[in-house]
Amino acid sequence: MELSSRQLGPVRILAVQGRLDHAQAKAFEAALAPHLAECRTGGSPLVLDLSGVGYISSVGLRALLLAAKQVKAQQGQIVVAALTPIVTEVFQVSHFNLVLQIFPDVAAAVAHLTPA
Amino acid sequence: MKVRFWGTRGSIPVSLTAPDIRAKVLKALEGAQGVDLASAAARAAYVDSLGFDVAGTFGGHSSCVQLDVGHQEHFILDLGTGVRPLGQHMVARFGPAVPQTYHVFMSHLHWDHIMGLPFFTPVYIPGNRIVVHSCHPHVEFALRRQQAEPSFPVRFDQFSARIEFDVMQPGVPAMIAGTQVTAHAQRHAGDSYGWRFEQGGKSVVYSTDSEHRLEDEQERAGFIRFFDRADLVIFDAMYSLADAISVKADWGHSSNIVAVELCQAARVRRLAMFHHEPAYSDTQIARVLQETRRFEEITRDGPALKVLSAWDGLELAL
Repeated sequence: MELSSRQLGPVRILAVQGRLDHAQAKAFEAALAPHLAECRTGGSPLVLDLSGVGYISSVGLRALLLAAKQVKAQQGQIVVAALTPIVTEVFQVSHFNLVLQIFPDVAAAVAHLTPA
Repeated sequence: MKVRFWGTRGSIPVSLTAPDIRAKVLKALEGAQGVDLASAAARAAYVDSLGFDVAGTFGGHSSCVQLDVGHQEHFILDLGTGVRPLGQHMVARFGPAVPQTYHVFMSHLHWDHIMGLPFFTPVYIPGNRIVVHSCHPHVEFALRRQQAEPSFPVRFDQFSARIEFDVMQPGVPAMIAGTQVTAHAQRHAGDSYGWRFEQGGKSVVYSTDSEHRLEDEQERAGFIRFFDRADLVIFDAMYSLADAISVKADWGHSSNIVAVELCQAARVRRLAMFHHEPAYSDTQIARVLQETRRFEEITRDGPALKVLSAWDGLELAL
């Protein structure tokens, strides 16, 4: 699992590469933590670009849920974007599509998070 | 071994209502347009072609499963309301004059898992022997209290059958009626226990009312060992994963996603989703089943795991 960061205007894009399964979830949480800490009122909203994630397990979904909870408590914003077909199905079956805000691609997510 | 489900609903018994039946009839009639239904055989074939959520129902009795281990003594898993029709079935089959021995294995003592006992006819038949196996030391207290006034008019002491209690230890296998039985501690308010039954080269795991902490690797490894290569795992899949780890965290139940993940990791052959959410209609349970089968398909990394949703009356031969 690899996580890379880039800034696009006011929005921070976090691109995830690899599987988010039981073997990788802890590494994902650790890589995500500093970005979550900065995602608060006045900070950069986060877009998790999941186009490089071929699979996400229950524990990976849990990591996303915890991230969303933390950011919400800090009055920040986090969304996910560019889900692969398999990950899209996992989100639907697990009902995570009802919990997290999902965008078809990074551009749509950035547009949503960028003030008009 | 054979398994028969007598009660598969979680938390509280439910029943189809008149509007539910009406909706099923209407759906069946809508689909029948243009279908030749002239003969009885054609009508039966048409009904059989409908989805189970239209032509049948998953049922509403609370937890009760019968396990036939090929022995003259009977195994019952939990005493939910499904044990009432089970008792009637056993009395009809063996008659009241032939004493029977029933081994009851309790997941835990919450009301939906004990409320069928007062209506289990074999407890009123002299000569019957009922052995209640549980890892809860206060199991006898719980069952006696349920019979006491003002909850019920027939006291525990008025049961005519001989009732025995066997308090077991999790992780310590016991031989009961030729079957190796092992309990496993589970996460649930007041604790619950799963049961693994092994006999004749076949194995069945009954794991209901069990919440799984996804971050607890040790707990996960313990369940994978407990489920290891079982022919059938009966699993509490009451909620969606999102609900189970957010708004319904600490409610003591699990999801279809975790069911599939654990069973795949343990190389289980067949998964029976169990303890259905009482608020779910037949249509919703059927949809969960369809989605879960698809999830199993896209996450498969070995032999296929056969996924089904248990229903009251379902029989499985292993």
